[in-house]
Amino acid sequence: MRTRTQENIIEALLKLATSITILTTVGIIGVLLYETIAFFKEVSIIEFLTDLEWTPLFSQKHFGILPLVSGTILTTLIAIGVALPLGLTIAIYLNMYAPKGFRKSFKPMLEVLAAIPTVVYGFFALTVVTPFLQSIYPNLAGFNALSAGIVMGIMIIPFVSSLSEDALYAVPKTLKEASFGMGATRFQTSFKVMVPAASSGIIVSVILAISRAIGETMIVAIAAGQQPRLTFDPTVPIETITAYIVQVSMGDVPHGSLEYRTIFAAGITLFIFTFLLNTLSFWIKKKYQEKYD
Amino acid sequence: MTNALKNKLIDNAFKVFGIICTLFGLVILGILIFNIAEVGLTRIDWNFITSLPSRKAEKAGIYTALMGTVWILFLTAIIAFPIGVGAGIYLEEYGKKSKWANFLEINISNLAGVPSIIYGLLGLEIFVRAFNMGGSILAGSFTLALLILPIIIVSTREALKAVPSSIKDASVALGASKWQTIWNQTLPASIGGVLTGVILAISRAIGETAPLIVVGALAYVPFAPSSPMDEFTVMPIQIFNWVSRPQHEFAVNAAAAIIILLLITFMMNGVAVYYRNKWQKKIKW
Repeated sequence: MRTRTQENIIEALLKLATSITILTTVGIIGVLLYETIAFFKEVSIIEFLTDLEWTPLFSQKHFGILPLVSGTILTTLIAIGVALPLGLTIAIYLNMYAPKGFRKSFKPMLEVLAAIPTVVYGFFALTVVTPFLQSIYPNLAGFNALSAGIVMGIMIIPFVSSLSEDALYAVPKTLKEASFGMGATRFQTSFKVMVPAASSGIIVSVILAISRAIGETMIVAIAAGQQPRLTFDPTVPIETITAYIVQVSMGDVPHGSLEYRTIFAAGITLFIFTFLLNTLSFWIKKKYQEKYD
Repeated sequence: MTNALKNKLIDNAFKVFGIICTLFGLVILGILIFNIAEVGLTRIDWNFITSLPSRKAEKAGIYTALMGTVWILFLTAIIAFPIGVGAGIYLEEYGKKSKWANFLEINISNLAGVPSIIYGLLGLEIFVRAFNMGGSILAGSFTLALLILPIIIVSTREALKAVPSSIKDASVALGASKWQTIWNQTLPASIGGVLTGVILAISRAIGETAPLIVVGALAYVPFAPSSPMDEFTVMPIQIFNWVSRPQHEFAVNAAAAIIILLLITFMMNGVAVYYRNKWQKKIKW
């Protein structure tokens, strides 16, 4: 009898621990909504979505989120432009070409790239990559989207390469052997058989990498600048959503003020982007699992 | 040129390209580490580690930031460990295959994808404001604990899953209750994997900067914290603060602090990987 109660208490405690994850989600959405609704009582949602300037900290205030969104998209596009070709090539190389031991030792080595704190990458972008790029293209500003985007791309290579390699590895061996049996080269087998067969896993890896790049903060806060502007010119200073939140948090903005609420309005915008991407990747993953079971 | 020859050429060209791409990542990693070591290594001495922050770059040290990081590390671990492992056990051993469990799983995978800075906003409103903790170590630790919870839960589940059901069945057949089976059989058999996940999650927390900035960790803290309710700074924020200054001397300080931060991060990752390998070797079902 005593054990029975004990068992029940333990199960209840474990359930409680699990419910924290639900509370976290509720908390995140609640907090963002609460402050954002208060924000939209003072600023019209139409201005927020259509105004072309974001200057909440100046005396001439504008509350258009578009410059921050364009900054975020720009750095993300550059990062994916670096990480996708490199990451996918690495995945194919490790899976199809490299000697067996290679795969085992190189995957963890590449994953070190993802373990390095992002503030370190920010330092690297600002003090190494930007000066290097300036030596090629002298008009490049000291803070710019290009350098931050490239370094962010290097950081997320392991996301693409590891997950894509897992997807390639999961493709049934018979497919590969059948292709080789027909006399196809490794290159032909890679791109005509393996990549299409693993496509959903590869797409998931890319979506997760994009989601990671959108939410990345310290690299862009250090190396991309703090000037929100609606541009896709990678050589000038810009500001991303995340960098803006950091900028406000570093300053002394009173709680409950309109400036304070801007970081939640910016935050919910960021949250919606990443939430949609994560949901999409989860959905693809589920569908893909069904296909192979 | 025949078709076969052409195909072979393309095949080999791609092989070379693949090697270059793979090495590229590692070469960049090498340049990064070499550059930081070159700039910062000579700056590291005992004074640098034990000095308080200062407006003068040559006098400034990382003592307060290092202590802040140590505090955050322990408190975050203490908060996140029982909750994360508990939730992992519940999801893997109790709540399987129900609709609710499915929903929990989707929720956790979504939480893992939420940007860390959003957790900062959550911590700012809940812990700093609503619970009135202010910009304290405790508020920061709770925020980071929530951030790493999904990682701990997922790795705990993986570790538990690796324990073969024959072990559990044998225990239950001998009359052990569900919890007795988990506590005496499943957990001891999977503890290596569980701890590996926890260590990796905490090493992630140590490198986090943005959420702590948002909850109000300060860039300049004159004294090392002595209680969980004290204001604090951590290594990454100290580095961010130094990087943001134009003078070269501060960049040198930043590089030196980065070396120490990387040492801590790599050490924890190394311990985790070593532990995992040892555990995998020891147990052969």
